[in-house]
Amino acid sequence: MPNKDTIVDVPTVNKIARLCRLDIPEVNKESLTNDLNNILGFVAQLDEVDTSNVEPLASVTGHKLPLRSDDVNDGNIEGLVLKNAPESSSGFFVVPKVIE
Amino acid sequence: MSELLNLNLVEASQALKNKKISSLELTKAYLKSISDTSSLGAYLEIVEDKAISMAKESDKKLIDGTARPLEGIPIGIKDMFCTKDIKTTASSKILENFIPTYESTVTQNLWNDGAVILGKLSCDEFAMGSSNETAAKGNVINPWLKNKKMSPGGSSGGSAAAVAARSALAATGTDTGGSIRQPAAFCGITGLKPTYGRCSRWGIVAFSSSLDQAGPLTRTVSDAALMLNSMAGYDQKDSTSANLKMPDLMDYLDKGIKGKKIGIPKEYTQDGTSEDIVKIYEKSIDWLKDEGAEIIPVSLPHTKYALPAYYIIAPAEASSNLARYDGVRYGARHEASSLDEMYELTRGNGFGDEVKRRIMIGTYVLSSGYYDAYYLKAQKVRRLIKEDFENVYKKVNYILTPSTPTTSFELGKKQDPLTMYLNDIFTVPASLAGLPGISLPVGLDKSGLPIGIQLIANSFDEPGLISTARVLEMSAGFNFIADGAAK
Repeated sequence: MPNKDTIVDVPTVNKIARLCRLDIPEVNKESLTNDLNNILGFVAQLDEVDTSNVEPLASVTGHKLPLRSDDVNDGNIEGLVLKNAPESSSGFFVVPKVIE
Repeated sequence: MSELLNLNLVEASQALKNKKISSLELTKAYLKSISDTSSLGAYLEIVEDKAISMAKESDKKLIDGTARPLEGIPIGIKDMFCTKDIKTTASSKILENFIPTYESTVTQNLWNDGAVILGKLSCDEFAMGSSNETAAKGNVINPWLKNKKMSPGGSSGGSAAAVAARSALAATGTDTGGSIRQPAAFCGITGLKPTYGRCSRWGIVAFSSSLDQAGPLTRTVSDAALMLNSMAGYDQKDSTSANLKMPDLMDYLDKGIKGKKIGIPKEYTQDGTSEDIVKIYEKSIDWLKDEGAEIIPVSLPHTKYALPAYYIIAPAEASSNLARYDGVRYGARHEASSLDEMYELTRGNGFGDEVKRRIMIGTYVLSSGYYDAYYLKAQKVRRLIKEDFENVYKKVNYILTPSTPTTSFELGKKQDPLTMYLNDIFTVPASLAGLPGISLPVGLDKSGLPIGIQLIANSFDEPGLISTARVLEMSAGFNFIADGAAK
């Protein structure tokens, strides 16, 4: 992990915000950068742990993901699927125009 | 009225079955409590008509002899559970008008067993927080020391406050890093986080999928046992659901702990833990010894790294889970001329500060060039933490720790994010290892605030967890009621 003091700067914060499609007002960027540096500095403690022969653990269940047969057991609920959409038309979700 | 409110879940259930009371009168008493304690802000939505009609339905079943295990019991539901046709917001502005068209498995299990819904309970936004202060509609107030405006804890702050204030006979919660156990400790009630996989996650608003687990918040250990009996169960719709039948927990209440081995981890009495908590923790050890348990000092050497690992893993999973709030399929939308701008403004306006911080951290630790250094490293440390517990459970049956390093703190005292994260220092390790844990109230500190003690069991040993917690509960004899509770 990088050095604690120089982990992220405002341009990096802009880049991350862009990656996760999050609008951050200009006035909040400095304090957000500070918060992120504090948190990333805190988690950097993990560098003290020797993990050279350790496998990463993604799930604690220990069981294999169960498979089901590929049967249709649901459907014909177009109205319910669209019910909470901010905008829909003719059975579709509507978004701002993406092709000129 | 107060006679009805004095009954805990198990007692109320008995009184209903013996026809000493009706669900309608019990439910009405709780609806009145909700209005009497409304200044606490525990409820986001009250469904009075539905509560009344469910109570009447229950009364019919109680009379015709077809009563189910939770027949006629009025409960509150944390706003993280999707409830069909009832607004479900996860305390977020981005879901402020979301009305699910389906019911979560856990809540459906509760209705199938006869429970009556009172309403939806506030929590930290998307369950991210430890004080209930990140809720979009403002914090909940702890009913203890009501003149001081103390935090109920979080994220299940509304659930814990409602049970302590007697505006719900019991409530559901979700726990990712301590969100059931910490608020239960702060509000002087019992909170149980089951083994990961015991309760279905289907229909629960997702935060960190490898950690999220539902559980009960109740007045007593036996109430928790009765409620978890109904909540738990295998569900095909959750691929991480455990296909294991849980025994009837009510059969384990009075098994005692003679000959059981209780581990006392040296890493859990760190500097910064309040003196009053350390004192009562030592007393708890003596109580268990007096009841015939063998006390064994143990070590969980990677404890200190649990919180840093958690604050990589949970935000990483959250950043991925919360990508779904894009203003297209459900939730709020901020209009804009281009699609990208619509996404950015929708999310920028819809999420609160803590949620944004976690999405940013999560995106960063998963991004190209940093994934190995942060995310993979945290997953490796997570294995070491799990192995610590596995090693200790070769020697002991249960682990006893304080639930939190401090009792509740005053609301609005601006804490920086990191100080807030430290609230979960004793609850996060068991979450990372997927183990069941329970917090129960054992005493009060000098200022009169409740103190919680945590028991952690091995995977799927909820029965033993209940037996042990029950012994501790009897020894502690905690029978204080919050001064802000309904009378």
